[in-house]
Amino acid sequence: MEHLLELQNIVVRFALRFGDLTAVDDVSFTLDRGDRMGLVGESGAGKSVTGFSIIGLISRPGYIASGRILFEGTDLAHLNEEALRNIRGNRISMIFQDPMMTLNPVLTIGTQMTETLQAHMDITDEEAAAMAVDRLRMVHIPSPEKRLNQYPHEFSGGMRQRIVIAIALLMDPALIIADEPTTALDVTIQAEILDLLLELCATGKTGLILITHDLAVVSQVTDKITVMYAGRIVEMGSTDTIIHDPRHPYTQGLINALPGSRHTGSRLNQIPGMMPNLLTIPPGCSFHPRCPFMMDICTKQAPRLKYYKEHERQISCFLMENQNKGSI
Amino acid sequence: MNDKKPLLEVNNLIKHFDISGGVLDRLTLEKMRIRMKKTVVHALNDVSFSIFQGETFSVVGESGCGKSTLGRAIVRLYPIDKGSIYYCGDRIDTKDSRAMLPYRSKMQMVFQDPYASLNPRMKVEQTLMEPMLFHNPSMSMGEARDNVAAVMEQVGVDPGWASRYPHEFSGGQRQRISIARALMVEPEFIIADEPISALDVSIQAQILNLFMDAQDDRGLTYLFITHDLSVVKHISTRVAVMYLGTICELAHKAPLFAHPRHPYTQALLSAIPILGFRKSRHIRLKGEVPTPIELPSGCVFHKRCPFAFERCFNEVPKLSERDSGTFVACHGVEEGKI
Repeated sequence: MEHLLELQNIVVRFALRFGDLTAVDDVSFTLDRGDRMGLVGESGAGKSVTGFSIIGLISRPGYIASGRILFEGTDLAHLNEEALRNIRGNRISMIFQDPMMTLNPVLTIGTQMTETLQAHMDITDEEAAAMAVDRLRMVHIPSPEKRLNQYPHEFSGGMRQRIVIAIALLMDPALIIADEPTTALDVTIQAEILDLLLELCATGKTGLILITHDLAVVSQVTDKITVMYAGRIVEMGSTDTIIHDPRHPYTQGLINALPGSRHTGSRLNQIPGMMPNLLTIPPGCSFHPRCPFMMDICTKQAPRLKYYKEHERQISCFLMENQNKGSI
Repeated sequence: MNDKKPLLEVNNLIKHFDISGGVLDRLTLEKMRIRMKKTVVHALNDVSFSIFQGETFSVVGESGCGKSTLGRAIVRLYPIDKGSIYYCGDRIDTKDSRAMLPYRSKMQMVFQDPYASLNPRMKVEQTLMEPMLFHNPSMSMGEARDNVAAVMEQVGVDPGWASRYPHEFSGGQRQRISIARALMVEPEFIIADEPISALDVSIQAQILNLFMDAQDDRGLTYLFITHDLSVVKHISTRVAVMYLGTICELAHKAPLFAHPRHPYTQALLSAIPILGFRKSRHIRLKGEVPTPIELPSGCVFHKRCPFAFERCFNEVPKLSERDSGTFVACHGVEEGKI
């Protein structure tokens, strides 16, 4: 069966003065209609760059060095700008962290919405306005007809993010990529936005990639998790299995470091050190300097992402290879 | 805890910010008459609480609730409009800056953004030495260097890096340096304003551990200001929940998280995402947080409260003790309706 989205061995590099920096290294995953996948990692893990690569937002000096991005059968990695523009905001939409940066402050909400619609469809202003009102209603904006004539500053932070989501929904996209959509918002508003995302995916027609550093948020919304570290996928599988039984030492570290996972008041389990700078990624497994289970082989050779049937997921770690005979 | 004398006591604190601007900005037309209008942000409205020696007192609330203003008003970064602040029984809000000096070395502050709070032109050593030499002018350079090295060691920054500049450190390391700066003057009380929100998850755990270790080693008292409820649940002794410049509930951590009494606390706690536990529903509040420029009459929360009744529209509820140690400002709770 054809997947909605299939990333095959994507490598994204940035050509800098002193050489190439690899931000995304050999990332592959698939997403089907109705899937909700969380792309998790700390800053510098390459999760946003992976998201950007899908809709061709990697700008120079960055480039997709190799790999294929199959979306509804088309390879987006080798598509020209013109063809990409037909897909962006149409079949694939993106939601960013800060709604104030995404919305144009000098245009009304209505103008921004009809602009998107008319870029992809040959429709009149009235038809476009009617569609915009419909989408604003979907994201529970009260009295949308009046709101169309207002500017972004007249809305609160939570309302703005709803409007950004309404714009993303305009063309009924098959895939929504949300990059830290609730990080800038308060908890009560975050809960509402997460509800909204779940509600929109409930139809089963849209795929969602939720990029975030917050594992608790991911566990509320997604059914699949991909954990990234220093540009590579370290663990990938269903949300429930990974959250309740993390296998990669980095995933274990991330989950154990959360307050709430331990007895209150006791010391938290910290991961020593920090994520390596992408220019000085350690040889072998990039996590080995911080790993409590580091072995000799980890410093010399990079582990490969393999599927382990008994754990129902893919893991990239020599510990697993030693314990089990992995099969790809 | 009540038999102990409080380390810090804040009584009926009020802080308003006048944002009217210049004369032309103030002019408004009202009933065909030109009038001068004053625009005031009501950041803190009658806030009272005490912090006891050795505890971690957390203040939580959403953006704009006045929690940062509260922290800054206590160390007198902002002058207060009304109310009083006592430190170890001495009133400090009326002292002039010279008389304030001894208290300044006892109270220190750690800020949210470790990129903005360290002077980029000063070496780490200079940053750390400055407050210490200011408060102890007679200290020799040798002794000062030894102290700097000892504190750097304690916060987990290699003392060999003392002559480096802030930009050479990562975010987590910088936050360690800001904590070191606060520790240099041997304080008793530290106000930490969102000290880990700018950091990555794995680094947050490191910094929280550092705060807890420093508290064990030095017997510190913390006022911890944050919006992150899972952090609050982990480190606090007592918690104050703020909404629109007022404390709506103040309680020991365990009863607060187990049985929140105030409707706002209930909604806030129900909204926290919990790892691996998909919530069927959280309490949805009506509308949005009103602006602190025009405060609602009566209870500041009444417009969004699912339980609001007539008394809430007119009368401001007082923070009063319900169970031992739990204070709630709510007419509904007081009358046994909630």
